[in-house]
Amino acid sequence: MKLYDVAIIGAGVIGTSIARELSRYRLNIALLEKEEELAFGVSKSNSGIIHPGTQNPPDSLKGKLCVQGNFLIRKISKELGLDFKEAGELIVSFNEGETKELLRLKEEAEILGVPGLRIVDKAWLRQHEPNLNSEAVCGLYAPTAGIISPYRLVYALAENAVRNGVEIYAETKAVNIARSDKYFEIDTSGGMYRARYLINAAGLFADDISGMLGICDFKIKPRKGEEFILDKKKENLAKHLIFPLPSKTSKGVLIIKTADGNPMIGPTAEEGEDKEDLSTSEAGLNKVLMSARRLIPAVDEKDIIAYFAGLRPWSGNDFIIRHETKTHGFINVAGIQSPGLTASPAIALMVCNILNKAGLGLKRKFIFRSHRKKTIHLFEIPLSKTKDLIKRDHSYGDIVCRCEMVSAKEIRDAIKAGARTMDGIKFRTRSQAGRCHGSFCTTRIMKILSEETKTPLVEITKRGKGSEIIKENRSTERERV
Amino acid sequence: MIKRDLVIVGGGPSGMAAAISAHENGVKDILLIERDQYLGGILNQCVHTGFGINYFKEILTGPEYAGRFIEKVKSIPDIEVSLKSLAVRLTNDKTITFLKPGKLETIKAKALVMATGCREKTREMIHIPGTRPAGVFSAGLAQKLINIEGLLPGREVVIVGSGDIGLIMARRFALEGAKVKAIIEIQKESRGLLRNMVQCVEDFDIPVYFNHKISWIYGKDRVEKVSVVKVDNDFNEIPGTLFEIKCDTILVSVGLIPENELIEMAGVSIEGDRTSAPGIFVCGNSFKIYDMVDSATEDSMLTGKLAAEYIRNL
Ligand SMILES: Cc1cc2nc3c(=O)[nH]c(=O)nc-3n(C[C@H](O)[C@H](O)[C@H](O)COP(=O)(O)OP(=O)(O)OC[C@H]3O[C@@H](n4cnc5c(N)ncnc54)[C@H](O)[C@@H]3O)c2cc1C
Repeated sequence: MKLYDVAIIGAGVIGTSIARELSRYRLNIALLEKEEELAFGVSKSNSGIIHPGTQNPPDSLKGKLCVQGNFLIRKISKELGLDFKEAGELIVSFNEGETKELLRLKEEAEILGVPGLRIVDKAWLRQHEPNLNSEAVCGLYAPTAGIISPYRLVYALAENAVRNGVEIYAETKAVNIARSDKYFEIDTSGGMYRARYLINAAGLFADDISGMLGICDFKIKPRKGEEFILDKKKENLAKHLIFPLPSKTSKGVLIIKTADGNPMIGPTAEEGEDKEDLSTSEAGLNKVLMSARRLIPAVDEKDIIAYFAGLRPWSGNDFIIRHETKTHGFINVAGIQSPGLTASPAIALMVCNILNKAGLGLKRKFIFRSHRKKTIHLFEIPLSKTKDLIKRDHSYGDIVCRCEMVSAKEIRDAIKAGARTMDGIKFRTRSQAGRCHGSFCTTRIMKILSEETKTPLVEITKRGKGSEIIKENRSTERERV
Repeated sequence: MIKRDLVIVGGGPSGMAAAISAHENGVKDILLIERDQYLGGILNQCVHTGFGINYFKEILTGPEYAGRFIEKVKSIPDIEVSLKSLAVRLTNDKTITFLKPGKLETIKAKALVMATGCREKTREMIHIPGTRPAGVFSAGLAQKLINIEGLLPGREVVIVGSGDIGLIMARRFALEGAKVKAIIEIQKESRGLLRNMVQCVEDFDIPVYFNHKISWIYGKDRVEKVSVVKVDNDFNEIPGTLFEIKCDTILVSVGLIPENELIEMAGVSIEGDRTSAPGIFVCGNSFKIYDMVDSATEDSMLTGKLAAEYIRNL
């Protein structure tokens, strides 16, 4: 059996960031993920904001890593062919008391090293954010805040890691871990894996993994956030990311710009017990609508085209990133709540350092392929470019998803890049995610997926086993596969 | 840039009617673009009968009704049909851009008729709370899966909405041997035709719950059950009335919305029966939701005539 130098459990943004960072070195690396596809945990359902570092206690690890991550993600997104947009954020104050609080936030953020902060007045707000509630008195402007597609970040990191030698195994759930003298034995639903070093990046389930090695001093609590996506037509609802003043438990309900163009409102912050409860509620909707309208009164319920909930893996107030010296070689990366997406590149560096100190020799490879070719999305390029593309490959003109303008070529490319489920295709391409919510394109995408992966239509799933789309194929030209 | 006299976007019954009538009224250069691989629009998947009663004084199926117009369109050489062609941009100077396999084309038209049809309201638009598993379909998608693809979406079905589409799909599922466990309607009566209530629901003993709504969808991967609650006339839940229905599928059939995104993005608004941009016309379900294709056809014929007159007077 192969002995890996490093095994990583969990292929969310943290696991894949670490994998890619480690793939610079001469190591055998395995990344294990329980779901059918990567990014199906917390990393698929968040706000996609690259935070500047405001709203964090100045002495916190998460604050420090957030500021570093915000800086690092720019280079990474360029290398990986991802669009990072520096949208800038505004934290808005409605009265004198709030303004005081705003000044305190500014001071704290400056201690953390957040660059470019300034207080902007009412006139500035009116000019630069015309839809903002006119009762806002001033705002804290953080120019370095940005947006990125969280799942496309994970997929790009994974693709690049694989290109540099990392082995990724999906549908491979760690169920038991033993530590022998020399290595960890990880028993999974997909067989046994052995590794000298083990990284726990299991998100919501990091406490279970840690528990398998007898380290039980933290618990992960799911803190739910419901988010509501608006029609792309409203792309210009806000020009910046707009925040209220943060509460004790969260950054509050925001007006979010997304990498896909659709504005989003949310998230809520609700303490729960069930780590699989991704339901959305009427109460959540009402709360989000009310809070969002306080910032931008023009937010219209009728523009909501989709919603989801995500669970923040919360364990106390800060991230837990440490080498468990009692179980040499075991590194916990747990409690990666918000701003985990932002901090991910910095977390990856930190973990490399920890591994190095723990005795894993990090020797650079002669060749590290840092770049990944940009994936083409028709929705983000001008029509003139689309015209050239169609000339080069006819199937760019074969539009499958009309709401989001996704071609058959893009769907096939997504499958070639690893998509195996309808959701996987959705996250990669935005097909089925528009205003008709897949009513028109589902059948065509199912057929392409079935064809490309040689899977019978009845086995095509939304997001893995158990979520099959149809129950039976009764067509006369039943499948040849 | 290519110039054409009349461009019609949408090859459903309305677009075809507009094309035929514009031709009858003297337009000799017509381009009809359709995103699907065949003409006929949504009628192709409506294999039930009930079409043409007013227009043809006959009872036809959807494909039969569409077929008559397709024949007619094909017999007119002045109408060029471009299939698998999706219009992606319209500007108020009547320039339209569309994509098709192998081609992106921009055309400047003397007049334009938008007959792009409608889409269904989704679960998301009426915010049904709960989980988001597989097994929640719009009625139109389920209809397409069964009637066009021969795929059965589910075996135990709950339908939300008692409009005609919901009722017809209840019967369709019943005919396929699926169990339609309930139709849930928030209003106090059906918006559908009486004949559909009788032929699709009563004849198949399907329970209909008026003044009820789904209050929660359960199921992690696939729909497992729904909870249903009675509401008062202001749609407030009545405490103590909650019950559950086991099912693997939910069909959402809660109304249609005209598809007008291209017009909207062009900054053109619909005012009464015309648009704010002279020479751009809208007809069929993209203009307003019709109960019967017969009336959509008649109105679209008129739109075709208006477009012809507009071109003549240029
Ligand atoms: C509503 C919401 C909004 C947010 N907004 C932002 C934001 O705007 N900006 C920001 O920076 N952060 C944001 N966050 C936080 C951010 O999403 C998380 O910090 C980040 O995604 C955590 O990534 P992860 O890789 O640790 O977790 P995950 O993505 O959950 O990855 C863990 C993976 O481990 C797998 N796994 C678990 N157990 C096992 C096992 N036994 N065997 C194998 N695999 C296993 C899981 O399936 C999963 O794929 C938000 C979070 C939420 C919930």
